[in-house]
Amino acid sequence: MAFLAPALLFIGVFLLFPFIWVLIISFTDTALTGPSAANPSFVGLENYYRLFNASRWMRAGEFGNALRNTLFFVLGSAILGQAPLGLAIALAFHRKKGLVRELVFSVATMAWILPDVAVAFAWIAFLDRDFGTLNAVLGAFGAKAIDWYFEKPLVAITLFNIWRGTAFSMLLFSAALGNIPPSYWETAEVAGANAWQRFRDIILPLILPHFLTDLILITLWTFNTFTPYLITGGGPFFRSETVSMYTYRVAFKFLEFGRGAAVAVVMMAINLVLATGYLLSLRRGRAWR
Amino acid sequence: MNLVRFVILRLGFVLVTVLIGTFFVLPLLWLLTAPFNAQATLRVEWPSPFTLRNFGDVFRNTFAIRALFLNSIIQAGGTMLGTAVIATLAAYALSRLEIRGRNVLVYLLVLFSSVVTGTAAMVPIFLLLYYLRLIDTHLGVILVLTGGLLPTGIFLMRDFVESIPRSYEESALVSGATPWQTFRDVVLPVLRPGMMVVAVWAFVNAWGNFLIPAILIRSPEKMPAPVAIYSFYTEGGTPVLTLISAYSLLYAIPVVVLYLFVNWRYGFRFFGGIKGGGK
Repeated sequence: MAFLAPALLFIGVFLLFPFIWVLIISFTDTALTGPSAANPSFVGLENYYRLFNASRWMRAGEFGNALRNTLFFVLGSAILGQAPLGLAIALAFHRKKGLVRELVFSVATMAWILPDVAVAFAWIAFLDRDFGTLNAVLGAFGAKAIDWYFEKPLVAITLFNIWRGTAFSMLLFSAALGNIPPSYWETAEVAGANAWQRFRDIILPLILPHFLTDLILITLWTFNTFTPYLITGGGPFFRSETVSMYTYRVAFKFLEFGRGAAVAVVMMAINLVLATGYLLSLRRGRAWR
Repeated sequence: MNLVRFVILRLGFVLVTVLIGTFFVLPLLWLLTAPFNAQATLRVEWPSPFTLRNFGDVFRNTFAIRALFLNSIIQAGGTMLGTAVIATLAAYALSRLEIRGRNVLVYLLVLFSSVVTGTAAMVPIFLLLYYLRLIDTHLGVILVLTGGLLPTGIFLMRDFVESIPRSYEESALVSGATPWQTFRDVVLPVLRPGMMVVAVWAFVNAWGNFLIPAILIRSPEKMPAPVAIYSFYTEGGTPVLTLISAYSLLYAIPVVVLYLFVNWRYGFRFFGGIKGGGK
């Protein structure tokens, strides 16, 4: 149908084509400046060798370092942070209405939709060692001031990303809980089930597929997010550099597109493995029911 | 005994709610106090002396104001139009076509778009636009953003489309309307709320995006607000906090307004997707 054509064109040109092209570029020494800028040549797997060069892999500013940071970042902020917190908020306000719910949902959603740069500056102020609100609050409870940027940069961006992204999980779970027929609750109440039993026997099985969907999306988004760069710049000394910042640095600071493309290919491969893994467990979960 | 339990549970609930609410509010406070403070620091404090001069100073920076009120609006507005129109057409076509596994197809596309957008795709996208001579153009930014947002836009739009009874269209077709007329006069009016939601969502995404214009736009007169904000640094490289906070606030206001509008008009929640996601 003609209605579909523009979408297919767009998706083809801006999603599928780059996906294939990036593979090709990763085997060349394409660059924007220097001798290879005019006519790039085929270099085989060299870009990949450099990426995985074992002798320097884990050093500061290298790919391994970025990968390890990303692992911590994704695990901490998406899987252990956003998903459980989002579920907790959705459960706490399930079948409730009123001002408190409205306020919590609105503020969390604001954190999610405000522009990257605006929240980045707000967080730079929030995390500041001497003037920041976070240290002021911790100080009120007697804690020592922490220099978040120098001492705990990775924890800082993880905290930021929990704040930034929880709204998605919250909204998704709250919609999922809303889809559970009210009769289920009534039956459970009549049967005298307590809160934990209700959670385990009614809520959990029904939202499990949504939980996996949520995990897929937030994992991929967190893996690819660039916003923390606006807070720490990957520093100090690459201690909070994630893979997406690494790609940016190689490709757009050093303008070495061949190498940048190789990182991008590895990134996409990891993403595809993650997505496939989740999708398979989603299908298995469905077969059980 | 039961009463004690009830009170404890109730207090616990209130405490946890307050904690969570505080966690989401605190980082934003600075954006509300610093812009009105003549001597803003990174501290959240009652503005003293209170002033509106920071905004006056921001408005004197013609480069930044042009970025906010012209370039950002062109780029986010273009993306909004493109995404809403194309996603609506595609979602309609997909729901009326008898293809097996089309739900899976849309779902896979959404996944794929989150794999491919972001920094990983920036290398080929930059080169693609370079060869198309679209680097440093508004159109380039709009096309790239639209391409990245489309799959999710279609995903959001799908449930709106599927809620329209087919008998509407059939009766239009029987009375001799062409497919395009049917779409324009019968389907489109019903789809307006859905298009609004997708449009607002696309606008907010494009408006806040830093990475894509940062890579694709080179000349100052085409830079949007998220890139132009970095002009509020001194030559020594320290941020001028009064101006940065005032500009950030101005830049954030459209998003807040759109959120309030959508929340008031439709209720901010997931309309569709959730059905397709789980089943």
